[in-house]
Amino acid sequence: MSDLSKMKISEARDALNKGYLTSVELTEACLSEIEKSVSLNAFVHRTPELAMDMASAADANKDGGDLNGIPLGIKDLFCTKGVPSQAASGILAGFKPEYESTVTSLLFASGAVMLGKLNMDEFAMGSSNETSVYGNAINPWKLRNDAAELTPGGSSGGSASAVAADLCLGATGTDTGGSIRQPAAFVGITGIKPTYGRVSRWGIVAFASSLDQAGPMTKDVRDAAIMLRAMSGHDPKDSTSADLTVPDFEAALTGDIRGKVIGIPNEYRMDGMSVEIEKLWADGTAMLKDAGAEIRNISLPHTKYALPAYYVIASAEASSNLARYDGVRFGHRAKLSAGDGITEMYEKTRAEGFGREVKRRVMIGTYVLSAGFYDAYYNRARKVRALIKRDFENVFSDGIDAILTPATPSAAFRLGEMTDADPVQMYLNDVFTVTVNLAGLPGIVLPAGLNKDGLPLGLQLIGRPWEEGDLLNTAYTLERAAQFVAKPKRWW
Amino acid sequence: MSIDIQTARRVAKLARIAVSESDFPELAKEFSAMLGFIEQLNEVDVDGIEPMTSVTPQRLKRRVDIVNDGGQPIEILANAPDVREGFFAVPKVVE
Repeated sequence: MSDLSKMKISEARDALNKGYLTSVELTEACLSEIEKSVSLNAFVHRTPELAMDMASAADANKDGGDLNGIPLGIKDLFCTKGVPSQAASGILAGFKPEYESTVTSLLFASGAVMLGKLNMDEFAMGSSNETSVYGNAINPWKLRNDAAELTPGGSSGGSASAVAADLCLGATGTDTGGSIRQPAAFVGITGIKPTYGRVSRWGIVAFASSLDQAGPMTKDVRDAAIMLRAMSGHDPKDSTSADLTVPDFEAALTGDIRGKVIGIPNEYRMDGMSVEIEKLWADGTAMLKDAGAEIRNISLPHTKYALPAYYVIASAEASSNLARYDGVRFGHRAKLSAGDGITEMYEKTRAEGFGREVKRRVMIGTYVLSAGFYDAYYNRARKVRALIKRDFENVFSDGIDAILTPATPSAAFRLGEMTDADPVQMYLNDVFTVTVNLAGLPGIVLPAGLNKDGLPLGLQLIGRPWEEGDLLNTAYTLERAAQFVAKPKRWW
Repeated sequence: MSIDIQTARRVAKLARIAVSESDFPELAKEFSAMLGFIEQLNEVDVDGIEPMTSVTPQRLKRRVDIVNDGGQPIEILANAPDVREGFFAVPKVVE
């Protein structure tokens, strides 16, 4: 029975449709795996009763959607009605939304079953899931001869860990600077950040609104295509959501990329890049070439400035978005001393409720937006962002269909390894992914090999805006060539 | 540009986050490191470049100017830490 949770969404869908399997059986198998996997700390709020109700309803529904009866994990950043949704922050302790996010509404309308809420970095700020109020999520992978616990990446670390350890068939993630793609790479799964505006942000706790996008984290590219379609679509409640029809992404998976032009950006070849990452990248390039694509070297000259621009823009938007956590309408309020007024209430509440990294970013954001510095920092960063986007527009107008890059500068690292490092060191994890958010483009990461220590390494493909179908097909072709089948050895 | 303790104190105040006096030196150091990283942006020639306002070329959608939500005080107040007589309660604001 326990093997059921290892199924891919496409396999389970077919088995459910043919009546070989019920959603109740599948959901029970996942719930049982979740119970046995407490040491991964991936699921932080479990909803077994709700899951069983949803599974029974799916079994009774003969005309369900694409995800009818498929058990999923939901990142804690998504508001789910009546179920704790606290963005892994102490300041939202006890918060149970009275509404359902658009993404989870769409998934449930498609028949998906929610198993519970998944661990993450606080307010999605982090690259190792170490800023969570729930404690670290743990990577199911280990180094070959070392028992040390590794990070599943972040911020969608719980989602990554849960999918890689087969606790669920797929999970939702969100990606502001790489928070779907870096964890996907660290645990050997597939994750796509769609074009900005493809997926509604309504009901997702906001971090940096001009960069945030939700997307699926799944066991393969086909599953990503199935789940992304169910999550996507225009939403009048999100004014930046695009009024475009959602194509059948799965139908785009032909495995034929003959004549497509793949760009290899010079600027992503960084000083001190490991030989393993270089080889992985070269191997991926060769695979796409063998599949009939034309390979072209390209230049994205402003790449180097993406991370500093990102930290100005994301922190500025975060300082504004997180102003709502004031201890008045929801979440935590500090105990006040006699004589404390409303300002003390705000200051004490926010000091107690926010973790260190969140405070740091809110204050940096406050600084770059403050009088006298707004032009020098915030406006300059927005200008650099325009140039970064223009770099991509130039290569796309030169005929590039997709861009191949490494996903991360390294494999998963040990939990605690970066604790004493300069925060900038941690930010470098997102060096290959953050450009994509700044330019609003779709980006997908898929596993492509193992490093010498037996840990998965991922490659990233970046596509043209709104052409997720084409991007998924290129990723599908690469997936078939790379034949990554390794799984973490069970220790949990 | 390096951030002094006085600036760190001002930023914490603006952000409405209580920071204990002994933590300011470390905070100022962290801010300075971050700003040092950010200052790479000064190398970029941004003459004549408009600051990005929207990453996708679409116009923001407008909706009809009518009330389309409301009438749910119980739901609105359900998560509040302190509620009195159907209102959010806060410490005294006006003397």
